[in-house]
Amino acid sequence: MKSEDIRIPGTLSKREAVLREAFLEQTKVIPGGEKIKACIQCATCSGSCPVVYAMDITPRELIALFRAGEIETILNSKTIWLCASCYTCQSRCPAGIKVTDIIYALKRTAMERKDLTKKYPVNKLSQSFIKSIYKAGRLNEARLLTRYFIKTGFWNSFSFIPLGLKMLKKHRLSLKSVKIKNIKGFRKILNMAQKMDIPLEGARLAPVGEVVGYKSIS
Amino acid sequence: MKYSYYPGCSLHSAHKGYDQSCKAVFKLLDYELEELEDWNCCGATIYMSIKEITALASASANLALAEKLNKDLVTPCSSCYTILNKAHRYLKNDNELMKKVNLCLKEGGLQYNGNVRVRHPLDVLINDIGVEIIKLYLKKPLDGLRIANYYGCQLIRPERAFDDKENPLSMENLFESIGAEEVYFPYKLKCCGGMLMTTFEEAALKLTAEILQSAYENNADCISTTCPLCQMNLEAYQNKINKAFGTSFNIPILFFTQILGIALGLPGEELGIEKNFYECKKLKVIENSKPFVQSAQGVI
Repeated sequence: MKSEDIRIPGTLSKREAVLREAFLEQTKVIPGGEKIKACIQCATCSGSCPVVYAMDITPRELIALFRAGEIETILNSKTIWLCASCYTCQSRCPAGIKVTDIIYALKRTAMERKDLTKKYPVNKLSQSFIKSIYKAGRLNEARLLTRYFIKTGFWNSFSFIPLGLKMLKKHRLSLKSVKIKNIKGFRKILNMAQKMDIPLEGARLAPVGEVVGYKSIS
Repeated sequence: MKYSYYPGCSLHSAHKGYDQSCKAVFKLLDYELEELEDWNCCGATIYMSIKEITALASASANLALAEKLNKDLVTPCSSCYTILNKAHRYLKNDNELMKKVNLCLKEGGLQYNGNVRVRHPLDVLINDIGVEIIKLYLKKPLDGLRIANYYGCQLIRPERAFDDKENPLSMENLFESIGAEEVYFPYKLKCCGGMLMTTFEEAALKLTAEILQSAYENNADCISTTCPLCQMNLEAYQNKINKAFGTSFNIPILFFTQILGIALGLPGEELGIEKNFYECKKLKVIENSKPFVQSAQGVI
């Protein structure tokens, strides 16, 4: 084992510190996001999660890892992409932690960094979604899926053809994209909002304190 | 009485039946749904997980449009319902955020002051109109129809809006009062997988299969749902599930407004029932039956 791999408890590697700072920045947007420090590790979230069987880290472990200063492990996990946003954990948490919203914050942190999204290209779906909305103001499901499959694996799309045809037969599939009338105004709103959102990697790398665990949230 | 109405993207494409049946049922009950002019996508769950303020701005553009009409905003899609509600709640409780979002909205000539109540049609039917009034319009009682009432996730979570978070009973109350049979359905709140069906199909197929299995074991004639994405996952993937798990499901998945519409005597075409993949035979028999005439004494 290399000497730099051994971490002294209480100090963080530089990369870890940067990721941690980025994540904490994301949690600030969530009203009540600071409640993450109130976790009592009861695992109600893990017990309630419908997709926990397919996860590599359970939701309870996720918070434990955050406290232990292991954000990078979390961001590399399958867990954050597997969350189906069913909100069961969040509605049952006895400490009132917004678990689903925190997983959203983790997703956002990971999406801003290219190296963290290679393994699970779920963010491609979000990107296609954003493009669709920016273009027309409304979503066209068929176009969204087409864009997504072109990006992630062209051959996958063939398995969707039978379903697509069935939908077409039932008049439930339209390839025509409907633009809203005030699309210009809508784009202006989005442009302005994007400016206000947290800037991407590199823009904010303020020095962080060497504090581990929930003490790092004031 | 009037409500403003936000259909959402999927009700204009893959789930026109939900849109049609919602409008038809409300019209029959003498309640008007006024569609927001030039509404845009609410941002859905995916958008919310990317950019918080962009998502909030896109959702509150609709809230701003609804505020002008000064009525409660009704939205049938569970995801739109959660997102619009969430945006409203976040902005109402956080002045800083409200200012920021309004700066964005100003670019598009809109403003939101936090005065819109976002409602779901189920909430309006049960709590504003009331089961007793609906019973007055009853034409074809759902005698003996076994409906598995599936609520899914985003209608009642994360915040308690109009029903219990662990055991909601709105749909049961509605359908049992017009003749449907009670069905034990413990999976009524279990997640169907949502967008995971696109990104992690194997994980989602198992969730959906469990829900269908539970309805099948309890002899349900159909599953009633409130969410377009749940309807899609439960209905369109039954073939794949049958192949993957060796089952033989062909359970009709209907929107709750479609079932209610039939009971109120509306023809199936007006409710978009023919757009569903599986036909519910028992419901078809009810649809073709003679309308029942209420005697004055029968009215409470």
